[in-house]
Amino acid sequence: MTAAAVGTGSAPVSVPMSVPASGACAADAAASECLVRIRGLRFSHGPRVIFDDVDLDIRRGSVTAVMGPSGTGKTTLLKLISGQLRPDAGTIEVDGEPVHALRQSALFKLRRRMGMLFQSGALLTDLSVFDNVAYPLREHLRLSPAMVRKLVLLKLEAVGLRGARDLMPNELSGGMARRVALARAIALDPMMILYDEPFTGQDPISMGVLVSLIRQLNDASRLTSIVVSHDVRETASIADYIYVISNGRVMAAGTPATIAAERSEWVRQFMDGLPDGPVHFHYPAPDLAADLLTRGVG
Amino acid sequence: MLDPVAELGRSGLKALAGLGRAHLLLLHILAGSAEVLWRPRLLLAQVFNVGVLSVLIVAVSGLFVGMVLALQGFYVLSQFGAEESLGVMVAASLVRELGPVVTALLVAGRAGSALTAEIGLMKATEQLAGLEMMAVDPVRRILTPRFYGGLISMPLLVALFSAVGVLGGYFVGVGLLGVDDGAFWSQMQSKVDFREDVVNGVIKGLVFGVVVTWIALFQGYDSTPTSAGVSRATTRAVVHAALAVLALDFVLTALMFGN
Repeated sequence: MTAAAVGTGSAPVSVPMSVPASGACAADAAASECLVRIRGLRFSHGPRVIFDDVDLDIRRGSVTAVMGPSGTGKTTLLKLISGQLRPDAGTIEVDGEPVHALRQSALFKLRRRMGMLFQSGALLTDLSVFDNVAYPLREHLRLSPAMVRKLVLLKLEAVGLRGARDLMPNELSGGMARRVALARAIALDPMMILYDEPFTGQDPISMGVLVSLIRQLNDASRLTSIVVSHDVRETASIADYIYVISNGRVMAAGTPATIAAERSEWVRQFMDGLPDGPVHFHYPAPDLAADLLTRGVG
Repeated sequence: MLDPVAELGRSGLKALAGLGRAHLLLLHILAGSAEVLWRPRLLLAQVFNVGVLSVLIVAVSGLFVGMVLALQGFYVLSQFGAEESLGVMVAASLVRELGPVVTALLVAGRAGSALTAEIGLMKATEQLAGLEMMAVDPVRRILTPRFYGGLISMPLLVALFSAVGVLGGYFVGVGLLGVDDGAFWSQMQSKVDFREDVVNGVIKGLVFGVVVTWIALFQGYDSTPTSAGVSRATTRAVVHAALAVLALDFVLTALMFGN
């Protein structure tokens, strides 16, 4: 156990380091068992270090949750895995291919086997629901219009929105937009789906629908899912494995039961949503009385 | 003492980096040129957006500019008893200078700002990133057709502006001020050279089309993906495009008509 500076970005503190990184795949697992293998990942944004020597594995066929406070680089991790960003150091392999070193054509070929659900849905606003889901099919496959129609309707049926095919994105609720985006993400039958904060801003019904959809799609289509979220309860309910990251490191990793039993003060504060603890409520500041008595306007 | 110098240096480096990114984007757009041949519908849609939707503002502006030119020109020419040269003056002014420049400024304000806002918002709402994740190059699919849409539309709009402007000059000069109808057209026909004046004017339109569309697309693509960032990018697109058009007009005029 070593000491490490940890914080949400607003209140840096010192707590014990919980866990060395990897753990999703067994230590002696064959390479084919891991769909994503990250080793020695370092990534900085300007002077700010986002990841510092992170190792992380994603097992095939699993739902793996990556959780942590806001601003800890969860979305950045998805962008690194999908090749939208390149690491400063370290390796990222997806299905045996070094994403960090691929040229654009090879990267695009790999991305045809990945889907990503963006936080905003990222639907093309000038296309209908039907055309949004049909978009990747028309782009990459030479299918007849009749076949495209059948596939689109099946994908929309899977997310419960076959009846909304003619609506435009601006006519959809937030939850519906994400389900349409999910239908689009699975249009090409990918091997893996990356979910970026899928539950943020959802009402309880939409959230419940998305939670069950992610699990059902993963199991029915034999996908591998990576869910980035800070909605602890919902994410833990469908995850096979959880990584808790903060301050550029993996703070805890394990099955939901392992994480629930984790005694680390920091992990307990995050998982139980405690307002104060190792991550302080107050950002470091001088004494309040002294601050109030200081002359000045700023 | 060193701070302002350092700040100046930082600004210079930032501007140079931006210029570099803009040129890389242009190369990327040009590398995807085949896209518009494979998918002509994308190009047609953008010719409609940039060109057809700008027809009204360009035609109305051309009409009024031509009418004002005739009024002002008549006043000056009548001082020398040369009112019959009004047609030449109106036509030459329009096809050589006012047509290309004013049209480019109008297109920068109407279509250019719309392009920047559209691309900036697509970036802010992760639509461009979404395309990338679908293994679709957003530059080729979204930016290249818009670039060629602007490139094709601008010379046509310049020609329209000049033609409507000449008509405006005719209505005022011949209809209101009593200039001889035959003299108006015949002098214009004999003094305005097709290759020297009309073609050069259209070439200016082509160059302005490249510059205005390129600046608009770059500002949108390079914008900070927030509402304030897109707003700033839209303003920058119009200002930069207007300045670039006026500066380039001087260079082109010197090359074309400077002997």
